[in-house]
Amino acid sequence: MARTALQPHATPPELIRNFCIIAHIDHGKSTLADRMLQMTGVVDARAMRAQYLDRMDIERERGITIKSQAVRMPWELDGTTYALNMIDTPGHVDFTYEVSRSLAACEGAVLLVDAAQGIEAQTLANLYLAMENDLTIIPVLNKIDLPAAQPEKFAEELAGLIGCEPEDCLQVSGKTGVGVEPLLDQIVQQLPAPVGDADAPARAMIFDSVYDTYRGVVTYVRVIDGNLNPRERIQMMSTRATHELLEIGVISPEPVPSKGLGVGEVGYLITGVKDVRQSRVGDTVTNAAKPAKDALGGYRDPKPMVFSGLYPIDGSDYPDLRDALDKLKLNDAALVYEPETSAALGFGFRIGFLGMLHLEIVRERLEREFDLDLISTLPNVVYDVTMDDGKKLSVTNPSEFPYGKIAEVREPVVRATILAPSEFIGAIMELCQQKRGSLRGMDYLSEDRVEMRYTLPLAEIVFDFFDQLKSRTRGYASLDYEPDGDQAADLVKVDILLQGETVDAFSAIVHKDKAYAYGVMMASKLKDLIPRQQFEVPIQAAIGARIIARENIRAIRKDVLAKCYGGDISRKRKLLEKQKAGKKRMKNIGTVEVPPEAFIAALSSDAGTTEKSKK
Amino acid sequence: MPSTLPEGDPAPPDGRLPDAALATLHDRPFGVYLHVPFCSVRCGYCDFNTYTLTELGADGASVATFADAAVRELRLAGTVLGDTPPVDTVFVGGGTPTMLAADDLVRMLDGVREVFGLAPDAEVTTEANPDSVTPESLHRLAEGGFTRVSVGMQSAVPHVLRVLERTHQPANVARAVAAAKDAGLQASVDLIYGTPGESVGDWRTSLEAAIALEPDHVSAYALVVEEGTKLAAQVRRGQVPAPEDDDEAAKYEVADELLGAAGFEWYEVSNWATTPAARCRHNEGYWADGNWWGVGPGAHSHVGGVRWWNVKHPNAYAGRLASGASPAAGRETLTGEQRYDERVLLGVRLVDGLPLGDLREDGRRAVAGLIADGLLDGPAALRRSVAVLTLRGRLLADTVVMRLLGVR
Repeated sequence: MARTALQPHATPPELIRNFCIIAHIDHGKSTLADRMLQMTGVVDARAMRAQYLDRMDIERERGITIKSQAVRMPWELDGTTYALNMIDTPGHVDFTYEVSRSLAACEGAVLLVDAAQGIEAQTLANLYLAMENDLTIIPVLNKIDLPAAQPEKFAEELAGLIGCEPEDCLQVSGKTGVGVEPLLDQIVQQLPAPVGDADAPARAMIFDSVYDTYRGVVTYVRVIDGNLNPRERIQMMSTRATHELLEIGVISPEPVPSKGLGVGEVGYLITGVKDVRQSRVGDTVTNAAKPAKDALGGYRDPKPMVFSGLYPIDGSDYPDLRDALDKLKLNDAALVYEPETSAALGFGFRIGFLGMLHLEIVRERLEREFDLDLISTLPNVVYDVTMDDGKKLSVTNPSEFPYGKIAEVREPVVRATILAPSEFIGAIMELCQQKRGSLRGMDYLSEDRVEMRYTLPLAEIVFDFFDQLKSRTRGYASLDYEPDGDQAADLVKVDILLQGETVDAFSAIVHKDKAYAYGVMMASKLKDLIPRQQFEVPIQAAIGARIIARENIRAIRKDVLAKCYGGDISRKRKLLEKQKAGKKRMKNIGTVEVPPEAFIAALSSDAGTTEKSKK
Repeated sequence: MPSTLPEGDPAPPDGRLPDAALATLHDRPFGVYLHVPFCSVRCGYCDFNTYTLTELGADGASVATFADAAVRELRLAGTVLGDTPPVDTVFVGGGTPTMLAADDLVRMLDGVREVFGLAPDAEVTTEANPDSVTPESLHRLAEGGFTRVSVGMQSAVPHVLRVLERTHQPANVARAVAAAKDAGLQASVDLIYGTPGESVGDWRTSLEAAIALEPDHVSAYALVVEEGTKLAAQVRRGQVPAPEDDDEAAKYEVADELLGAAGFEWYEVSNWATTPAARCRHNEGYWADGNWWGVGPGAHSHVGGVRWWNVKHPNAYAGRLASGASPAAGRETLTGEQRYDERVLLGVRLVDGLPLGDLREDGRRAVAGLIADGLLDGPAALRRSVAVLTLRGRLLADTVVMRLLGVR
C-alpha cells in the first residue's frame, strides 16, 4: 500500500499505469478488482461491499459488468508511488464496441482465466482485440484455491495463445488474496507508461458515459494529449457540440474532484448534459477555445442488430412504457426504438438492440425499475429485401415482410468462434450444419480443447443456437461472434392464423426448409396455451395463402359445476372478481380471447435464446 | 363447505352486527346451519372442514360434548340477533352429522327452538352417512322434529367408491333411504360424477340406482379436485387421471336426461326435485340472499350483506365459546357491487331464473347474445322476463355470469 497517493493533474505520465482486466463472466474479475481496491487502501475492508464496482442490481445478480468504470489506485514499488488506473470492461459480445474503447484507453491488460475452466470464447475474442491494440498482456490464473484448479494445464494453454512461457502466468486467488500483491507489482513493472504530448491541444477519448439521476451524464475519459481543466469549455469532436466542464476528477472509488487531468490520466467529466447521446463512447473531447485538429480514430455509431416488439400487458401502461424508454435511453446510447402497433398486442414499441443480452437487460430493467409487465415478441434480425421491380426495403418486423415478387432477401451473418472440449466436435458440427453454418476453420488450443470458427446467420443465433450449443456440449462450449456482413438466403414468412385471422405477433421469418417445423411447433404450442372458447378455434400456420400446419382448439363444453352453498359463496365471488380482472387483461384476436400468459409462453420458452442459462 | 377460510376483516369479539344488517331479519327467510366437523375416516377427495377422532386429540371439542358447544353458539346468536322471526329451515351438515347420536342432533334442534323458535312448517334436514344411520336413529330424528335426510350415496359402483375412498356398502344406501321414508322423512341422495376411472356406463348405473330408490330429491356434483386433498396429490403424481371437462359435461347431460325421464326437474344447476315442494328450501335461502346463522367450526353465516365465518378447528371453536367469545374468525361487509355480483352469480343458476329487471344496463344488453349462443332460454326471457339457463347454459354457467356482469 502506498502512503500518499499522487495528485491528479500533477502526476507525471511515467508514474501512471492504465490497465484493464479481460475475463469471462464468472472467472472472478469483480472479486479480484475488489481485492485490489482493498490492498491499495482505496476501500477499507469494512466498507467493502462484494463486487464494489458493479453498481446496478442486475449486474450484481448476474455477476456481469455492463458499464465500465475506472478506478485510480495508489501503489508503491521500491519506494516510488505509482497511480494505477483500473478500467473495468464489459465482458459480453453485445458490447464489443465498448470493450474496444476501454481497451484503447489502456496500455496493458490482465488476462484473467479461471484455473479450473480455462479460457472461454469471449475472453479469447477480447484477448485478440487487446493484442490488436498492442496491449501488454499479463496472463493470470485465478481461483487457484479451488480443489478443481489445474493451473499447469491452463498455463500451457495461455502460454500457447499469447506466446509466453507457462511459468510467466501468475497464479492468484481473488477470494483469499493470494498472489494479488505480486500482480500489482507486475502491473507497474511490465506495463508501459502512457505517452502523449503535454503541450498539444487537449484530446481525450470517451470510453464510457453513464447517466446519473443527480449529476446528469458522467463521462469517463482517457487523456491522450494536453490537459483538461475545471471551468473550461470543452467540445465533442463528432458533433462539434460544446459544454462547460462543471466538474472533473478521478474515481477512487467514489468520485473525487481534481484540478484537472493530464496526459495519460483517466477520470470523469460532468457537463450537465442529460442524455448519454451527447457524450458518445469513442468520441474525442477537446478544448473548445483551443481545439485539436484531428479526432482520435475509432469512433463509430452503435448499430442495432436484433429487434423485438415490446408491449405492455395492460394497454393503459403504454405511456409509462414510453416514459421508461425515454429514461433508459439517457443511459444507453445503443437503445433505439419507435412506436409500433400490433393488431394482437396493441400499442408498443419496436426496439433495436446490440444483441440478445442487451435485449434481456433492457427488458429486465423496464420490468424491474419501472414496474412494467411486458410481452416481447420473438427477436428478429434486419432483412434487406429487394423486390422484382428493384425496390429495396429493410424489414425490422416480420409482419412487414412483403408477400410475393421478391427478387432477393439478404440476412446478416456472423463470424462465430466456439471453444469446447474436443469430444464435442461432432455435436457442434451437427448443430452448426442444422443452423445453416459453414465451417471456416478449426484449431486445437491444447490436446483436448478446440477452437472452431463458423459463419452463421445471425437469425439462427438469435433463435435458439446458444441454448442448443450448451445442451449439446453439457454446458462446456463457449461462444463468441461478431457481425460479418450479410448473405442472400431462401427465407419465407410463416404466419400463424387464429380462426382465419393472422396474429401479427407470431409471424416469423424462417428458412424455407424450416418453415414447416416452425409452423407445426407454433400451432401445437398455441393449442396447449390458448384456453378453450365457446366455439371451436382453428389454428393454422401458413406461408402466404398456403396452409402448412393446422390444429384445432375444441369448444369448451363446461366451466364450473361445483356446488355453491353457504360457505362457497364468498369463495365463488372472490374467484369471479379475479376472473373479471383476468378477462380485462385478455388480448382479443377477432373473437378469440388469448390470455397474455399464452403470448408470453408462446413467444419465449423454447423459441428465442436466453442467455440466462449461460452460467 | 371448503375448509380454507376466505380473507376478510376481523370480526368483533362479541360477534356484534351492524344495525342495517339486523334490520333485514324480518323481510327474508331465516335459516340455521349446523356444521358437525367429524368423520370416521377422511375421504380422498374431501376438503371440507372435518376431523377424524384421532386427529382431534383429547382436549377441547369431542363428539360427546359437541352439541353443548353448538347450543352455546346458538345462545350467542340469540343475543347478537335479538328479535328474529322463527327459523324457516335448519340444515345439519358436515363432516358426518350422524357421527353424533340422534339424541345429540335433536338436542341441537331443541337449542334452535329454544333460542329462536321454529316455524310450524319448518324444513329440518340432516346429512347422513348410509353406514351410520339405523331405522331407530331415523325414527328418533323424525320424532325430534327432523323432516328430511340427505344421504351421501356418491356412486353405486364399487370401483368408483373405492377411488373416492367411500367406505359404505352400496346396499346400505337403499336401506337408509327406505328406513328414512319409513320414518316419515323426505329423502334426498347425493351423487358425484367424473371420478377418475368412472365410465359413462358406470355413471348411468349410479343414476339408475339412485332413481330406483325413489327419493324426492337428487343432487349431482362434478368431482372437483381440491388443492390439498389426497386426490389432488394422486393426480399430481399421475397415479390417477384428472377429471376431464368433456367427460363431466357428457355425464351432466346423461344425468339431466335420466333424471328428467324419471320425473325430476332441475331447479338449480346441481339439484333436481320431483316437485317444487321437494326442493331444499334451506339451500334456496342461500341462493336468494336469505339470512342464516352457521353454527360450528368453520361455518359461514350471512345476515343482511355481512358474511362471516368461524374459526376452523373444533378445539379453538370450543375454546372461544367456553370463554364467552364469538367463534367468528373473520367477516366481510359486502359492497353494493359485490352484492350485485352475488345476486347475478347465484340467481342465474336457478330454474326460476334471474329477473331481467334486476340486471344493469350492460347485463341486459348481453341477454340477446346469450340467447343467440344457446346459453339462455329465449321464451323465458321474452315471455317471463327472466334469465334462465338452457342445458348448454347450465354447463357454461360461469361464462353466462361473466357476460351478464358485462365483462365483454
